[in-house]
Amino acid sequence: MKGLAKHREIWLGLAILFLLVIVTARFPRFAQPQNLLTIFNDTSILIMLALGQMAVILTRSIDLSMAANLALTGMVVAMTNAAFPGVPIPALLLMAVSIGAALGSFNGLLVWKLNIPAIVVTLGTLTIYRGLVFVISNGAWVNAAQMGADFIGFQRTVLLGLPVLSWFAIAVALLFWLVMTRTPLGRSFYAIGVNPTASVYTGINVGRTKFMAFTISGAVAGLCGYLWVSRYVIASTEVASGYELTIIAACVIGGVSIAGGIGTVAGVLLGAIFLGVINNALPVVNISPFWQMAISGAAILLAVVLNARGEQRRGRIILKRAEAA
Amino acid sequence: MTQSTASHRHLPNRLDNPFKSIVLSWESLLVLVAIGIFILNSMASPYFLNAWSLSDMTFNFTEKALIALAMALLIISGEIDLSVAAIIALASTLMGLALQYGADTPVLIAIGVGTGIACGAFNGFLVTGLKLPSIVVTIGTMSLFRGISFIILGDQSFKGYPASFSWFGQGYVWWVISFELVLFIGFAVVYWALLQRTNFGRRVYAIGSNETAALFSGVRVARTKFILFCLTGAMSGIAAVLLTARLGSTRPSIAEGWELEAITMVVLGGVSILGGAGSIIGVVLAAFIMGLVTFGLGLLNVPGIVMSIFIGALLIVVIALPILWSMWRQRA
Repeated sequence: MKGLAKHREIWLGLAILFLLVIVTARFPRFAQPQNLLTIFNDTSILIMLALGQMAVILTRSIDLSMAANLALTGMVVAMTNAAFPGVPIPALLLMAVSIGAALGSFNGLLVWKLNIPAIVVTLGTLTIYRGLVFVISNGAWVNAAQMGADFIGFQRTVLLGLPVLSWFAIAVALLFWLVMTRTPLGRSFYAIGVNPTASVYTGINVGRTKFMAFTISGAVAGLCGYLWVSRYVIASTEVASGYELTIIAACVIGGVSIAGGIGTVAGVLLGAIFLGVINNALPVVNISPFWQMAISGAAILLAVVLNARGEQRRGRIILKRAEAA
Repeated sequence: MTQSTASHRHLPNRLDNPFKSIVLSWESLLVLVAIGIFILNSMASPYFLNAWSLSDMTFNFTEKALIALAMALLIISGEIDLSVAAIIALASTLMGLALQYGADTPVLIAIGVGTGIACGAFNGFLVTGLKLPSIVVTIGTMSLFRGISFIILGDQSFKGYPASFSWFGQGYVWWVISFELVLFIGFAVVYWALLQRTNFGRRVYAIGSNETAALFSGVRVARTKFILFCLTGAMSGIAAVLLTARLGSTRPSIAEGWELEAITMVVLGGVSILGGAGSIIGVVLAAFIMGLVTFGLGLLNVPGIVMSIFIGALLIVVIALPILWSMWRQRA
């Protein structure tokens, strides 16, 4: 049974390998370690966001406001840096995470206390957060000249051969793996997704657990707000516009079931990397970047079709495990 | 939507659903909101109360509202379509492509609407034929459809639509009454009759309230849903014709973000996102409200992005208020 559950990650890993082999066959330099690390670094932000989204989707909810949260937090942090260059980076990081968590917990409160469906709540806050970026910035940009050197340079600092940005992704992935597999909170995400009624009877507060999931996804979005803004050295109203769907796509390709209760950290990691490899491979094999959108669309559809087959059975297995616990 | 059908399972009793108890007064609430905004608008700007201004206002929402009509039925049945704006992009691109080969107005319209129906059928097949969750399928087709537009157009655009074609987006039937408005009202009546006065409409509600029960009562669930996806696709195709005719050009980024606006209209109109409840009258009122809000704020020189804050807040507040009200009443 355990082998069955591992299958999906193995297949996805093979698909990524296959992609790498095809591209490398024509362009040997593509698979050089340095380039692979660059791809990983490029995908780091997507990995973190997709992991945050996974926590929410596991509980049968969805967070459409992540990209808007990212843009708003990124703008606040960038403006703070522009106005008060003296504020140290750790303080800015803390600020980004807390603002993001606050925005996420607002979603969570509406879902928890008022029982409004998550898709409606986050559809509303998506437009509100995005609009607020414009209001606080007056539509202006924060550009490279206004950002401090350490603000831009921090995530580019190379530690043990990897940029800090990559280390962030690794740390977040490890943290998520720990929470999902080793803590009561992580297990209750799965339990709620598989069977909310049964979860209530086992003593799980469903609303509060959803609230936690939204706060976590918000915190991740906030962290990525700073990382995004300092990576692309621009904070504007359009930052990460439409990116919420790419995040969900990474989850789906990684095997997270939109019906809740199914999904692994490893799967999401590979799902995000799969999209990252495609995006990086297209220019190399000289396919116009305009193909990128259609290809990721096709990849999503293929992933859902492949997912759909095993899902029912695996859902029950997780339920049994949850009942035994 | 598996996600939504699932989330009301932990409600103790469907009859206690707060959405249902307020549905009777929902339309009256919307009428009050609309009148309030109308009065505020006319006080705020001297340019508002003018036949031509009001006519211009309708262009703000008719195309999105046409999609919202079909989307309402789809959401009542418990599904959702996030690919509608992408269908507009693809339909518009294919019309532009046909134009390059010398197609004239009737052919262009046939291609626009036909593309919409084909895209809707594709969604419908994936959801009903392969039994996949519609929210994921349409996130996928959303990238796919718009992606094809990007492949065809890249950073180019199609221009030079004939005048007879432009009339559909810019023409007036009589005085200040535009063709778009007449078409919208016509379709609103058709959809109202379809949902409230036919067996098909009853089946849509039945599927949304309890799909299993509907199936056991002999409702052909898959076929009904497939038709609803085709209808939503067709309305997106029609919206593509109108929008392309109004703008006079096609870019792959056309109608970006419209899926969320159309869904906001539907939900604001009182349709339960969990399925099983809602009315066309509510959706039509919500469309007018959104048109009034955006146009009124526009007259006050409020930028579009700031308007979206009002729309988002309106969506959450209008849904939260009745729930808070019923919670407060229960406590008292």
